[in-house]
Amino acid sequence: MTSEEAVIDVRNLTKRFGGKTVVDHLALKVPKGSIYGFLGPNGSGKTTTIRLVCGLLRPDEGEGTALGYDVVRDSAHIKARTGYMTQKFSLYEDLSIRENLDFVARLYAMDNRKQRVDDALADLGLKERASQLAGTLSGGWKQRLALAACMIHEPDLLLLDEPTAGVDPKARRDFWDQIRRYARAGVTTLVSTHYMDEAVQCDRIAYIAYGKKLIDAPTKDIPAQVGLKAWRVEADDLTRLHDRLNGQPGVELIARFGTELHVCGMDDALLAAAVKSVADEPGYQAEHIEAGLEEVFIHLMAQSADNMK
Amino acid sequence: MTARAPSRFALARVAAVFLKELIQMRRDRFTFAIMIAMPVMQVLLFGFAINNDPRHLATAVELREDSPLSRSFLAAMKQSSFFDIVAVTHQAGEGDAMLQSGDATFLVVIPEGFEHRLVRGERPEILLAADASDPIAAGGALGALEPIAAAAFEADLDGALSNLNATPAPYQIVTQRRFNPEGETSFNIVPALLGVILTMTMVMVTSIALTRELERGTMETLLATPVQPAEIMLGKTLPYIFVGGVQTVLVLLAAFTLFHIPFTGSLLALLAGVTVFTFANLMLGYLISTVAKTQMQAMQLTFFVFLPSILLSGFMFPFRAMPNWAQWIGEALPLTHFLRLVRETILKEGGFPATSGDLLRLTIILVVLTGLALARFRKTLD
Ligand SMILES: Nc1ncnc2c1ncn2[C@@H]1O[C@H](COP(=O)(O)OP(=O)(O)O)[C@@H](O)[C@H]1O
Ligand SMILES: [Mg+2]
Repeated sequence: MTSEEAVIDVRNLTKRFGGKTVVDHLALKVPKGSIYGFLGPNGSGKTTTIRLVCGLLRPDEGEGTALGYDVVRDSAHIKARTGYMTQKFSLYEDLSIRENLDFVARLYAMDNRKQRVDDALADLGLKERASQLAGTLSGGWKQRLALAACMIHEPDLLLLDEPTAGVDPKARRDFWDQIRRYARAGVTTLVSTHYMDEAVQCDRIAYIAYGKKLIDAPTKDIPAQVGLKAWRVEADDLTRLHDRLNGQPGVELIARFGTELHVCGMDDALLAAAVKSVADEPGYQAEHIEAGLEEVFIHLMAQSADNMK
Repeated sequence: MTARAPSRFALARVAAVFLKELIQMRRDRFTFAIMIAMPVMQVLLFGFAINNDPRHLATAVELREDSPLSRSFLAAMKQSSFFDIVAVTHQAGEGDAMLQSGDATFLVVIPEGFEHRLVRGERPEILLAADASDPIAAGGALGALEPIAAAAFEADLDGALSNLNATPAPYQIVTQRRFNPEGETSFNIVPALLGVILTMTMVMVTSIALTRELERGTMETLLATPVQPAEIMLGKTLPYIFVGGVQTVLVLLAAFTLFHIPFTGSLLALLAGVTVFTFANLMLGYLISTVAKTQMQAMQLTFFVFLPSILLSGFMFPFRAMPNWAQWIGEALPLTHFLRLVRETILKEGGFPATSGDLLRLTIILVVLTGLALARFRKTLD
């Protein structure tokens, strides 16, 4: 077994709901200690895949291991060492923060339970709110609580399903700082997200649509893989420049960076023609550049409509 | 590594679920209040219905002869506040029809030749037929009719006939219980109420045990931990054993203090029965919660179980009078066996040997329900 290298190693993973294939022969190999980004539009099968990995759903086809255990047969072992943060808050709203953590710690039969709960509360800055009912917390605090709850048994694998959806930027930054600290301590993380600024923080990214994996590469290699072309264009009147470029054939994406526009598209020739067509703008300057990660992700996200149907 | 390898069954995890349920139960004041208030309410309501003399009960009088005695009897009955005379007939069979249709709860019949035979000292019969499917009302009727008859005939039997005014009375009142030959009495009802209350509350609270977790999404957290189905089941049902215990104490206290029901049997046998019965109901509810997808469905299923429990257990209708198929269903219901057991211990001075048959059947039902619930439990979300 290569469990030391690949904490998650699944192949051909397939899940159907009433004839509809939601996860389609998906393979995933997540190296130990990495932060693995899981991207895809709504309904593309991210949540379903994560549930398959931790044994909450049974695959119709496929096999594989998580933490060296078979995902179908040994899910009890996987669960004992995995922290799963659900997309929707799923702790007990009528229990206080401390009661929730205490409950989870008991379920994992942790030693020094009280100490661990206290530490978790302190770590996440929840100490003052320990006796507040979870249901009365704001979104950001709920996320922190959920993360604390899925970390309380010191898991080796973290499965985070859109953990920062609807959370303010500051809380999101704190959240990621925390994830990176865990990663440095050797915890492997598979995290699904919608945010590009989060995607760029991942070591490696898998992109899926309609249950099929389209891209799977180290984050820095993604632009080359996607093959998105980009031009940096400048002019005195950026707004007019934007309006003239917008909607031209070949222009798929225009992103504004300070005093310049990044114009992106998949067809090099069409894109070049579009950029040339605005050469009469006062202060015009243009340059062919590498597409950045951010543009690539905006492109990926914009390209694929929601997969819900 | 501090996380231990998952074991098949761990008391620590049962305790985790148990404590969580206790906290939730404590926070859910409304449900908690209902669980405690319901037995009190029901016992008082039923108790009053039993204790207060019933009045104004629809009565048909069938006078098959027209004589001074039968006329004064009718007049006396009209005075009574117990009977409300809804019809006076003279034709044999008409009163029976009214009893059958439910238009009358009682039928009083003065037969042909009543006066003639009374005067001759033959002690003719006055028939009192009662619709005893309402045993509370039926119980008091005989008591009410005797003084009415005595007063009615006393005035007429004077002079030469005054020697008839001796004891025994010159007539006999014959009662017939229709539709309930076993003749349930009020003493049966309060102990039986304990069974009904336990069925209702225990099944109801556990029927939403899992559906609530599903609906609130907390099931996903629960299933993602190493907790085992049997641990969830025990942790979620055990807290309600205490609730059942409190209800039992409340009802029994009311039965003994308020209604002076004599307790003659073995308390140990009763408590053993109550315990197994409560568990059986908790498992029945829990089984429902493994079937229902929403709390609404769970409630509907609870009533789906509750109705036959009331109707076919012998609580409402005498068990042996039911058709065979209904008795078969009845035998499968925990309440049926509990009712027999509770009557045995409270009213018939029974103890373990007499109750062991029903206790055994309750235990079998409990084991079957537990097995079904565990088999039905879905360890995954699909
Ligand atoms: N339990 C289920 N039953 C039926 N369909 C489901 C179920 N769970 C998810 N789906 C469907 O599967 C598809 C993928 O869902 P999901 O994995 O939640 O996508 P994502 O997390 O990427 O948004 C969606 O179309 C969704 O409606
Ligand atoms: Mg999702």
